Amino acid sequence: MTQPPLGLLAELTHRCPLHCPYCSNPVELVVRDRELTTDQWRSVLTQARELGVLQVHLSGGEPLARRDLPELVSHASSLGCYVNLVTSGLGLTEERMADLAARGIEHVQLSVQAADPARADLIAGTRAAKHKRAAANAVRAAGLPLTVNAVLHRGNHDQVGAIIDLAEELGADRLELANTQFYGWALRNRAALMPTKAQLAAAEPIVRAARRRLAGRLEVIYVLADYQESYPKPCMHGWGARQLTVAPDGAVLPCPSATVINTLEFENATRRPLAEIWYESPSFNAFRGEDWMREPCRSCERRSVDFGGCRCQAFMLTGAAENADPVCALSPHHGLVEDAVQPVAELPFVMRG
Amino acid sequence: MTGWAPRLRRGARLGFDPVRRTPVVLFPEGVLVLNSTAEAVLRSCDGAATVPEIVSVLERRYAGVRAEDVLTVLRGFAARGVIQPEEQA
Ligand SMILES: C[S@@+](CC[C@H](N)C(=O)[O-])C[C@H]1O[C@@H](n2cnc3c(N)ncnc32)[C@H](O)[C@@H]1O
Ligand code: SF4
Ligand code: SF4
Repeated sequence: MTQPPLGLLAELTHRCPLHCPYCSNPVELVVRDRELTTDQWRSVLTQARELGVLQVHLSGGEPLARRDLPELVSHASSLGCYVNLVTSGLGLTEERMADLAARGIEHVQLSVQAADPARADLIAGTRAAKHKRAAANAVRAAGLPLTVNAVLHRGNHDQVGAIIDLAEELGADRLELANTQFYGWALRNRAALMPTKAQLAAAEPIVRAARRRLAGRLEVIYVLADYQESYPKPCMHGWGARQLTVAPDGAVLPCPSATVINTLEFENATRRPLAEIWYESPSFNAFRGEDWMREPCRSCERRSVDFGGCRCQAFMLTGAAENADPVCALSPHHGLVEDAVQPVAELPFVMRG
Repeated sequence: MTGWAPRLRRGARLGFDPVRRTPVVLFPEGVLVLNSTAEAVLRSCDGAATVPEIVSVLERRYAGVRAEDVLTVLRGFAARGVIQPEEQA
């Protein structure tokens, strides 16, 4: 039985002042004139709440690039949703944050690109670092909990310890150290971003020690580098199980990178009610349950734990979304992942558009 | 656990979902749909009541409340980031 969704990832826009090469946004970014209007977003939010959504993540791109953000926050909040703002912090002044908090933002996730400004700006492709402190202060002044998110890769893994110190300085309640997941621009930059075995091994004791030292003050979450694990992640807790994503143009997706699966047709919130899309659309039903699975997943005991991993990763790397995620050591395509983690010479980044 | 007086973490709040007709707890990392006992446990996490006090509050409302069960539920909420963990008491 399909349950109603708990969360909505609303990608309000793909526009962004940063150009992170690790960005998980699709390589084909939605342009401004294809973005939903304010009324269309309001309707998406209303329908999402009626469908069962209780938590809304306002993200992008950079959600602050939408001038109607305050209005959308008020609307989502008035529906009773818990509203998260996921931001690079550029443009998040104290005034703006106070207004957004008054309108109902309850938590902010702020990304940082590295520990020191020079490195961070190199990765962001713009002068981003100097805005982070002001953004963090604004969140704290508004009395909201702050999560700092740092995406880790070959170009900043050596700064893990310093990033933890930075999060502490910024007054974060939580720090998410997330190894790059290879979607969108990150997949394009995979060879340049792939952390080395030595980097991953070095990070482990640093994170462990920090957790102990900061227990109760700053919660440190470490998202594993899935290519270097033996089993895949339980991606999205299963396809079409708990969350849906609405892309800037209104495409309704089971996960933010689902459009890569070009054998599926995704529906649009401007053309069909959200509830119908969630319960009845072929795209949402494609990988629910276990009937779609092939071997080795079909007869594997872990299938109820990891759901065969990530459908997008299976599609991108093996050409068929029904295959096991090739991160899995049991996958006949696992060699593709083993090849991808082999050390290569340092490469330049292709910056996100 | 003796001194543990659990309270909701910053950014966490209890609510009622009219769609599911159940109590829920909303927090930065997610949402949990609650049954009435879990809700009653969270409602008594006011940062003042200690675990034994919470147990006795629950005993007045429900039959067969066991201290170990309450502690397990509380630790579960702490692990999910809903209430302050016990080491901070
Ligand atoms: C796509 S961004 C959009 C919001 C905003 N522009 C930002 O970067 O904070 C959403 C979140 O995903 C993280 N992220 C981006 N690319 C990622 C990747 N390839 N793997 C893991 N996390 C990623 C970002 O750090 C950010 O916290
Ligand atoms: S990850 Fe970087 S480039 Fe991508 S949307 Fe966020 S700030 Fe912009
Ligand atoms: S074979 Fe499939 S279900 Fe089993 S561990 Fe690998 S990905 Fe998961």
